[in-house]
Amino acid sequence: MMFVPGNNPGMMADAHIYGPDSIMLDLEDSVTMAQKDAARLLVYNALRSIDYGNTEMVVRINPLSTPYGKKDVEAVVKAGVDVIRMPKTETADEVRELEAEILKVEQEIGRVGETRIMAAIESALGIVNAYEIATASERMMGIALGAEDYSANLKTNRTPGGAELLLARETIVVAARAAGIACFDTVYSNLDDMETFRKEVELIKTLGFDGKSIINPRQIEIVNQVFTPSEKEITKARTIIAAIREAQEKGSGVISVNGKMVDRPVVLRAERTIALAVAAGVIDKEEAL
Amino acid sequence: MIKEAVAGTLESGDILVQLSPAEGMTIELQSSVAAQFGRQIKELIAETLKGLDINDVYVKAVDKGALDCTIRARVTAAAVRSTGKDVWKD
Amino acid sequence: MRNSKLRSLEEAIRLSGLRNGMTISFHHHFRGGDKVVNMVVDKLAEMGFKDLHLAASSLSDVHTPLIEHIRNGVITKISTSGMRGDLADAVSHGLMAEPVIFRSHGGRGSAIASGELKIDVAFLGASSSDELGNACGFSRSENAKSICGSLGYALPDAQYAKHVVVITDDLVAYPNMPQSISASVVESVVVADSVGDSSKISAGAIRDSKNPRDILLAKQAAKVILASPYFKDGFSIQTGTGGASLAVVKYIRESMIEKGIKASFALGGITAHMVKLHEEGLIGHLIDVQSFDKVAAESIKNDPMHREVSAIEYASGMHTGSATHALDIVILSALEVDTQFNVNVLVGSDGVIRGAIGGHQDTAQDSALSIIVCPLLRGRIPCVVPKVTTLITPGSSVDVVVTEYGIAVNPARPELAEMLKEAGLNILDIKALAEKAKSIIGTPDPLPFGDKVVGIVMNRDGSVLDKIYNV
Repeated sequence: MMFVPGNNPGMMADAHIYGPDSIMLDLEDSVTMAQKDAARLLVYNALRSIDYGNTEMVVRINPLSTPYGKKDVEAVVKAGVDVIRMPKTETADEVRELEAEILKVEQEIGRVGETRIMAAIESALGIVNAYEIATASERMMGIALGAEDYSANLKTNRTPGGAELLLARETIVVAARAAGIACFDTVYSNLDDMETFRKEVELIKTLGFDGKSIINPRQIEIVNQVFTPSEKEITKARTIIAAIREAQEKGSGVISVNGKMVDRPVVLRAERTIALAVAAGVIDKEEAL
Repeated sequence: MIKEAVAGTLESGDILVQLSPAEGMTIELQSSVAAQFGRQIKELIAETLKGLDINDVYVKAVDKGALDCTIRARVTAAAVRSTGKDVWKD
Repeated sequence: MRNSKLRSLEEAIRLSGLRNGMTISFHHHFRGGDKVVNMVVDKLAEMGFKDLHLAASSLSDVHTPLIEHIRNGVITKISTSGMRGDLADAVSHGLMAEPVIFRSHGGRGSAIASGELKIDVAFLGASSSDELGNACGFSRSENAKSICGSLGYALPDAQYAKHVVVITDDLVAYPNMPQSISASVVESVVVADSVGDSSKISAGAIRDSKNPRDILLAKQAAKVILASPYFKDGFSIQTGTGGASLAVVKYIRESMIEKGIKASFALGGITAHMVKLHEEGLIGHLIDVQSFDKVAAESIKNDPMHREVSAIEYASGMHTGSATHALDIVILSALEVDTQFNVNVLVGSDGVIRGAIGGHQDTAQDSALSIIVCPLLRGRIPCVVPKVTTLITPGSSVDVVVTEYGIAVNPARPELAEMLKEAGLNILDIKALAEKAKSIIGTPDPLPFGDKVVGIVMNRDGSVLDKIYNV
């Protein structure tokens, strides 16, 4: 998910050419108070006019507690955004409030239920309420960590190793998995240190995240490299899935591949590997299995 | 009667639009792509303003290769600031 | 020393026998830092010369003062590879009565060799020279001031001009050998305060880009190379100017190391990237017609496998042994490409001259694989268009066009298209790219060209390719 400032038309015009899975046009922190109205109109017109192809379009709105939040919802729902990202989410009630606002606009334009919600959790209270937030609405498609505000709220600083974020990251993954939705990690802002960025991406992949938020196209390649399964992993996954199919056809119960027992978690992991490989474009959907 | 208002920037891919009260509509455009798109940009500015019921206005626009959707957004933002009327409601 | 050829500029000009109506020539190895053209033409104006034909290997922003000399009738005709800045703008608006003749670097070499372009007096800036005229684009002395590296574009002039004047800012003891320009062809040596600003040889057209779009384009072009049949041990490569095409080398380096593939030579404008790969043992020879930065200019002095070639040896179409004939892969930039794969690198989308043919025609035609790297859009300017504003390189010479929205392969190369598709690259019809551009920016109004011809584009074989009209 690539962050693009919502008042920068030059960057908004072709952000999709770099191939991010989703683009988040930002109306919140990257836009000054004086430009909130202009940015909102810009995002509205961009979403209506620019062909972003298959890229999922997300808009980060201002909190509903500010004078801008509700207007942002109105504009982006009318523009047909895929996902609204709510910043600084602390409680499930806030999600429900957003849901009500979305519904109001959707009813007005006769397109009910299409706008999904992603909640960014950026405080200790938000982490404590993570599961309630994740399950607050049918529209919830994912939760994300916003680490700058979170670490400030914890009264600590961000460090290269990310020790201060460990509980938050694990909580978000667990809450998302329990709720059956996706989870996304925070941004890494130092563009000159690609090695630390790579380590962070490797870490969050191990923790179970579905994706990473990025601030520059130059970071996309590393995320894709880390998240794309290797040829070896793909071959192994295919072998497992083929074995399980064969076993199912024969009606046999327990199976093994290369002497190791294949149980349900192994099959699920293999299926996820294939899905990731298809998503990364390293194998075709047709030749997937 | 509208009041003076500005929207947009001079960044590449953007357009700076300035509206002032006047009789009738006059559009002064400076554009990095004037030779190929100047006529179309002026038409789009005029059409957007008329669509918002603004007909008596002097427009000064400095364009840095903005796409149509950006031009529409900036003109509308200047108009909203100028009239104080929110376009979503109208 | 005995028989010294050291003279003042004015004495050298008098001795040359230059008369009104004759042709004078210059090289552009100092690019935006050149001081020789303005210095010499100022002097010629002061001495009262009129009606001269200025035949430079190229001209740039720094040559704005020529506008006054054209208005005053000192210069009435220009031949060059390119033109930029105020001079180009004035020419496009009809400054000159006679159209400017644009030739490629190889085309200029051929024209000089064949006598089509006759040079009466060549004024050749050199980074070092002895008193007899043995001159180089570098200096072995401690007083080295202005370094430009290869003098490749000056060598046809030195070889064929009736009279050669070397101008240097670093006079060194005889013998300044090995030399680029031999004293045997030099009539006068002039010492000047400065012949050029070396810090500007890499300015302007040549940048090392951090622009994400350039990086994207460079990586895509690198993938095209890796998937092509030409990427094998012993291959050869050239990159043109422009952030994206220069950066391609960075991205094929890893694959070269991984697969144990080495290039036999890199050709043309040589950059620090190329020098690095050469020093790492990944490129055997550097064949250098023009050094694109200080690193390259230093390397040519010190490294015997880094060789200077003349524009004729580099890219002449009529000399079948020129190096482009042995070239496998070339990566070039473009201002515009059209749906017939024709390329324009000379005239901007506003109809104003703002570029140079360089070696574009030569390398695209002779190489086994020519890859054009250009964004689909520059702001609101379309770069893939139904028809180029000005034809510089015919589509028959172009194999692949790489844009940020997809890659197009010339229908004349179906086998190549197949290979690239198999490698997972996004191969589109070039018409689809032009349509995509149109869908984003709309249809531009036609340019308001007048009916005066201000420029003539020559093909490398000496035929006329296109005419440039005034705006």
